[in-house]
Amino acid sequence: MLDFLPENISSFGGEIDGVITYIWRIILAWLVATEAVLVYLLVRYRRREGRRAAWLPATTWRAKAWILVPAVFVTICDIGIEARSAPVWDEVKLELPEPDLLIRVTGRQFVWTFTYAGPDGELDTADDFEAITDLYVPRDRVVRFQLESADVLHSFWVPVLRLKQDAVPGRSIPGWFEATADGRYEIACAELCGASHTAMRGRLTVQPPEIFDAWSSTMAEQQSL
Amino acid sequence: MSHGEPESFVRKYIFSVDHKVIAKQYMITGLFMALLGGFLAYALRSQLAWPGDSIVGLGVIAPHAYNSVVTLHGTIMVFWVAMPILVAGFGNLLVPLMVGAEDMAFPRLNMLSYWVFFLSTIVIIASFFVPGGAAGGGWTAYPPLSGTVHASGVNWGMNLWILAVALEFVAFLIGGINIITTGINMRVPGMSMWDLPLFVWEELIASIVFLLAVGPLIAGAVMLLLDRSFGTGFYAPSAGGDPLLFQHLFWFFGHPEVYVLLLPALGIMGEVLCAFSRKTIFGYRTIVWSVISAGLLSFVVWAHHQFVSGLDPRLAFPFSVTTILISVPFAVHLFAFIATLYKASIRFTVAMAFTLAMIALFMIGGVTGVINGSAAADIFIHDTYFVVAHFHYTLVPIVFFATFSGIYFWYPKLFGRLMNEGLGWVHFAGTFFFFNLTFIPQFALGLMGHHRRIANPQIFEFLRDGQGLQVLSTIGVIGLLAAQVPFVYNFFASMVRGKPAGRNPWEATTLEWATASPPPHGNFDEPQTAYRGPYVYSPPGEGPDWIPQFEPPAEALEPDTAISETAS
Amino acid sequence: MTNSAIIEQPMETATELPNSRMAIWWFLASEVAIFGGLIVAYVLVRLHHPEWGEYASHTINAAGAINTMVLLTSSLAVVLAHQAVEEGKLEKASKLLLTTVAFGLVFLAIKAYEYTHELHAGFTPVTNLFWSFYYLMTGLHGLHVVGGMIAMIAVSRSVRRGEHSARVECVGMYWHLVDIVWIFLFPLLYLAS
Ligand SMILES: [Cu+2]
Ligand SMILES: [Cu+2]
Repeated sequence: MLDFLPENISSFGGEIDGVITYIWRIILAWLVATEAVLVYLLVRYRRREGRRAAWLPATTWRAKAWILVPAVFVTICDIGIEARSAPVWDEVKLELPEPDLLIRVTGRQFVWTFTYAGPDGELDTADDFEAITDLYVPRDRVVRFQLESADVLHSFWVPVLRLKQDAVPGRSIPGWFEATADGRYEIACAELCGASHTAMRGRLTVQPPEIFDAWSSTMAEQQSL
Repeated sequence: MSHGEPESFVRKYIFSVDHKVIAKQYMITGLFMALLGGFLAYALRSQLAWPGDSIVGLGVIAPHAYNSVVTLHGTIMVFWVAMPILVAGFGNLLVPLMVGAEDMAFPRLNMLSYWVFFLSTIVIIASFFVPGGAAGGGWTAYPPLSGTVHASGVNWGMNLWILAVALEFVAFLIGGINIITTGINMRVPGMSMWDLPLFVWEELIASIVFLLAVGPLIAGAVMLLLDRSFGTGFYAPSAGGDPLLFQHLFWFFGHPEVYVLLLPALGIMGEVLCAFSRKTIFGYRTIVWSVISAGLLSFVVWAHHQFVSGLDPRLAFPFSVTTILISVPFAVHLFAFIATLYKASIRFTVAMAFTLAMIALFMIGGVTGVINGSAAADIFIHDTYFVVAHFHYTLVPIVFFATFSGIYFWYPKLFGRLMNEGLGWVHFAGTFFFFNLTFIPQFALGLMGHHRRIANPQIFEFLRDGQGLQVLSTIGVIGLLAAQVPFVYNFFASMVRGKPAGRNPWEATTLEWATASPPPHGNFDEPQTAYRGPYVYSPPGEGPDWIPQFEPPAEALEPDTAISETAS
Repeated sequence: MTNSAIIEQPMETATELPNSRMAIWWFLASEVAIFGGLIVAYVLVRLHHPEWGEYASHTINAAGAINTMVLLTSSLAVVLAHQAVEEGKLEKASKLLLTTVAFGLVFLAIKAYEYTHELHAGFTPVTNLFWSFYYLMTGLHGLHVVGGMIAMIAVSRSVRRGEHSARVECVGMYWHLVDIVWIFLFPLLYLAS
């Protein structure tokens, strides 16, 4: 089933896939075991002439142990899952690394707009330039984004980057990613935002850093003209 | 409060105060709305499988209409199907009977709550036909999309949606208080709280959870209406408001709401499970404590719906922990059900089949929830079809499998007859197969990254390979709807043609089986007493394999052959 | 018709609490959830808006304080009404309930004066979020006051006829809740931090 996951081109995507795989294995083991017990009991204890059911109200701790001990194992698995997954969350959403490139991603009905900080590396200055629908980033560089919305909720969703974050009007939500492979990929909006929510599609182009830099300086020059 | 048997048709069948009539009204309204919700499911699935094609019975769906279809499918299934059938329908039918009362504590309030609910039903149906179309902001109705007319283009549809949901909440608040009071206060002599059938326990806790969880959302809905109608800015950042406030209020209710539906379903299953495994429940008090602790925990997990919503990311950890922990009481609960089958003597009836299938399928829904509950995995999984598949694997077993189980089981107490088992098996097999066919592909689609509420997945290159799965899932939903035809026929035909059931066709132990099928006005011929716990099946020693709660100990313990002949 | 003979008797319940009292408790719990949700939402939003202290200074503290006293006194009247019922003095109970209603009217009159004053000063429900919350919370509370007054008029009439005297306790408990909610609203909305 996990083969259905899309290609991963993000530095932290492998970690997220790792968490999914880790949980998947645990729950699959539980599921198979429990369903097997269920089916076994159904076959083994189907109604037979002359066989009376047993009287097992489970009022003693000894009897309750049959369900409480497995529940303890569930708890242990839960703790294991949380221990595996919490650091990954922190890495992706909390510990933002020093950026090589700063952009602002703005969702509005029904387009994505990308504002580049330009040569000075600061947003809201004269040398900012914009790209609509198409996001260009350099490969192997840390991209920091500030996610904003001009109207309603949107969600910046880049499956190959394992990146999803809602854009909320009134907030500027920081995030980051580092793409690891050149190519053209898709961006979508994962939060219902109105009639053309479906069509709110963007493109992500990952380029070798030198090509990106050339493009970037051309854009900045045009801006200053 | 006293009332004799009413004479006129209107008093007896329409404006009735009899809890059994009101239960039927809730159930039939709910089942009717299920057909509507099912039709919407068919419409949206057809659009996804064959985008842009004309859909049989509806025509071409425009994108904004698709949003309305998705929104109303969810809204109707939760608020106009699950709530009326599971909480109000079965609650009304069974709580008074199981505690041995002659009616609810407040029969006239009970009637009032149904008619408020009925009014809400009219309002939500009317919302399809107003200019601008029905609400299109998702069943969660997140502002700003739902908070302003210009954002969505929907004006009256959204206002009516809020009004209908508010009326529905009022109806279930009144109904819930009635059920709680009845279950706690109207117990027959001899019945302590620890002698209550599991269904009553689960219904009580569900009603209490609902009553405590819904308040903040009522406040939130009022604010949303004020934002829309009078231009206040509770959710508008330009006025200092915050869209996330609504999300908190919504999910503070929304997560407990899932348990409001789940608990009565588990209660139904507990009754059916004991009766057909001929075995007492394994760990009665353990189950009750697990339900109580799950009810309490359900108030501190809500933000797991908001990991990537812009919430402070530091909050993900605590909510992730509580979410994963809430799996523990439910694991205990399900393990207790499974342990009940150990050394049982299982009778495979249609009712039992639905309950067993519910356990088997609900576990799939439960374990996949662990993936969503992990904040890190949720970055990818959130708002994809994986989540859709997950909650349908919990909610369809809850809302449909448990309901069907309950209907086949208690049909005698509704209409005095038994439903046809042969047709029932056809219904079961079709429902089981097509349900899995519908939703297993959606797990795969979700893992591909298929996000929710898009009307045309084909415009995305990364989803084009999934088109075969889309078609499979749509065939599944069509089959699932077709599988309900034998049920609908069986449900109505058995009212006149079903085999007369007798008082206790399943040789069950709780108090509803002490009276005639269907029970007369006032329920019992004589006041009842509870002499023992609810599930004395196959007690040690010889003798019959069940001793009802209502059977005095002094009497001879031979089964009444006249009433037990239909059971095998 | 055997069962109707049984239910003519005063209902004996399994918990020995009358159904009406049990129901009103749960009803009040649901009310607490509604106001609780609203108050928590307000407090959380206000924590992000220190400037609201300045807005709150435009409310009329004296009026709010007087109204607090009015509601507390009215609660006392309801307690006395309940006591009168216990002692079998139905006429007195009925009058005490009407006294409570009169206090309710005073409360609403003062509230109406405040609203007029504030609206004239230009503070409307859409002025800013503080005033939205102010009008929503006091308005919802005011509706509860009106509802309680209507219920008390009805109960006072039936008590005078000697019927449903148990309902005095129910409206009384409801009125206490209305009172308590106000005791939360007053410092939160009126007193600048
Ligand atoms: Cu969108
Ligand atoms: Cu939840």
